[in-house]
Amino acid sequence: MLNLLLKGGRVVDPQVELDQVADVLIKDGLIAEVGVDLDTAGCEVLDCTGRVVVPGLVDLHVHLREPGREDLETIRTGARAAARGGFSAVCAMPNTVSPIDSGAKVRFIVERAAADAIVRVHPIGACTTGQKGESLAEIGDMLAEGAVAFSDDGRGVQSAGMTRRVMDYAKAFETTIISHCEDESLAASGVVNEGAVSTSMGLAGQPAIAEEVIVARDIMLAELTGCRLHLAHLSSAGSAELVRQAKARGIRVSAEVTPHHLFLDENAFAGRYDTYLKMNPPLRTANDREALVAALLDGTIDCVATDHAPHGLHEKEREFELAPFGITGLETAVPLVVTNLVATEKMSWSQFARALAIAPRAALGLVEVKMASGSDADITIIDPEAEVKVEADRFESKSVNSPFVGLTLKGRATEVIVGGRFALRSGEVVSL
Amino acid sequence: MLSCKHITTVQDMTAEDIAKILDTAESFIEVSERTIKKLPTLRGRTIINLFLEPSTRTRTSFEIAAKRLSADAINMTGSASATVKGESLRDTAKTLSAMACDLVVVRHAYAGAAQILAECMDSHVVNGGDGKHQHPTQALLDLFTMRTHLGRLAGLKVGIIGDIAHSRVAGSLIPALRLMGASVVVVAPPTLMPSRPDVLGAEVSYSLDEVLPDLDVAYMLRIQSERSDRMPFPSLREYARFYGLNSARLASMKPEAIVMHPGPINRGVEISSAVADSPRAVILDQVTAGVAVRMAVMYLLLGGVDVESAS
Repeated sequence: MLNLLLKGGRVVDPQVELDQVADVLIKDGLIAEVGVDLDTAGCEVLDCTGRVVVPGLVDLHVHLREPGREDLETIRTGARAAARGGFSAVCAMPNTVSPIDSGAKVRFIVERAAADAIVRVHPIGACTTGQKGESLAEIGDMLAEGAVAFSDDGRGVQSAGMTRRVMDYAKAFETTIISHCEDESLAASGVVNEGAVSTSMGLAGQPAIAEEVIVARDIMLAELTGCRLHLAHLSSAGSAELVRQAKARGIRVSAEVTPHHLFLDENAFAGRYDTYLKMNPPLRTANDREALVAALLDGTIDCVATDHAPHGLHEKEREFELAPFGITGLETAVPLVVTNLVATEKMSWSQFARALAIAPRAALGLVEVKMASGSDADITIIDPEAEVKVEADRFESKSVNSPFVGLTLKGRATEVIVGGRFALRSGEVVSL
Repeated sequence: MLSCKHITTVQDMTAEDIAKILDTAESFIEVSERTIKKLPTLRGRTIINLFLEPSTRTRTSFEIAAKRLSADAINMTGSASATVKGESLRDTAKTLSAMACDLVVVRHAYAGAAQILAECMDSHVVNGGDGKHQHPTQALLDLFTMRTHLGRLAGLKVGIIGDIAHSRVAGSLIPALRLMGASVVVVAPPTLMPSRPDVLGAEVSYSLDEVLPDLDVAYMLRIQSERSDRMPFPSLREYARFYGLNSARLASMKPEAIVMHPGPINRGVEISSAVADSPRAVILDQVTAGVAVRMAVMYLLLGGVDVESAS
């Protein structure tokens, strides 16, 4: 492998207190040196002038649909979508058909990813068998086969007692439990946020409290058990406040927010039954959205994660109440965050690197990646000025269910490097 | 003619549109009183009643309305339609559109169904009830009935009593009354209230006895008795005790106030038999108005020839 020199980019990594124009030398899949005016001899040189160079981005919440719904997405296409979106790694949620709840199934994901995926794919295992919330899944076995965390995402564990058992058991393995916070007795059949939109559109509402009571419960159980807890896709001001209080008390908890909950709220409906705005948890009020942005910026919420959820056109074209929840996100997350937060100077590039690269690894205890010698060369290079037209026929994902199609945004990944190899180059996904 | 192409929600219409529909319906009431109850005005036009949720009353009302205007009215019902075989609502709409129908009345169990049809059909779409969302022609016939009996809409105080949270009738009637200058109070136990009744434009009360003396109209909604799990009130008996309209409560109302109900009524639950059969209850007048108002809607949307010359 030729040595690669990333020349003259703005290298940003708060882990090593770096935010300056520098060169990055990559050798044998590792970062060999970071410095100014490095020697180019014997190197392939990539001019990074005007670009931002950060540790490879990680999306710790995606649905790759394989095995079971390969018509919607596969590990191969999901990984290509991740590369296109600027991610060097993704964590695949276990709620496939059927759920990833055994070591053998985890091994399938690991092996399929090794063969097919252009970026790193870390499997997340189910907490309970079949994600039914009734009995412990083989957490240790799955961990041994390569699972990085455990979650009943898609359908959270309803019983507090079962959740305690999961956390108690998982604690011994020093792994992370990711909570999908939804009390089904409160969320009931709700398809949008309970409030103005549910009332005016005649749709069953899902109240924010359905999320908040489980956020509170799981924080208390994390405190009791000492298990590391990560809270998926927070959607309300109340949830953010609970996390803020928990962190102040020193509880080991981290949290994520999706781009759609940061940049859309229920006002987006404007009376239209747009199924591309149907997701779980639902879009909430403008007040919630603003609180989530504030919580991300002050570090209460650690990560941005997409909850990339591919669905078929024919499924999304059904009546609103019948259409599935969820939207794709891998290919729009970076442009949305850059356009709405970085370009508007609400978020620094260091905060960007924290939210999309550093905190996701920390939340799940993944191997750290630093812009320093000796680290894995997992790197994302971003052109902050590039214009991005979000077009359905340009997606690498097999599915196009994104409410952001048609927008013109600013800022996108031009290169993604995974272990020293290009996964994305000049904005195009590299073939395996 | 109306300012809107479709009537999927009350909000599609202006106050002028509504006034025009009610005025036009006045002249159609008379048609229904003739021996030969038919006008040639929509001859050669095709109206499809796409009823994907069981309904006899509303479908019959639309069908009679279409036939009295000489339109060719075709009923497609839930059990007979293709949707049962897995065809999507969009494909059903496109299929009907390809058959060159002029107007579709749609009744569907899910909110937004009429909007889906309006998006993928060339014809006019009238919402005959979509899930828990709206039922705009019901609101129009209710306005017509109120105007007939009370002589005006502006300034009226209307109480809507019952399952507000799950009622498409309330979903249309509240904004329609507000548009025409009436005020609305919704009355129910909190468990039957939508989360934000203010968004619809209604005041909220949990006490029927407190509001009744101020009302010009007591509009009783049907209580679904079949619902069983996690009932929003303890029993029908208790509901009737606090929210049912009986003779004693009727006596507390203004002498000219009227009692309405969209039907079918549950005698002994939301309304006692004595009240339902009293001259103060105008429930059958609402049914009569339904045909005339739906004739007016079809006539005005399809731009039929002038009523006078047609008759």
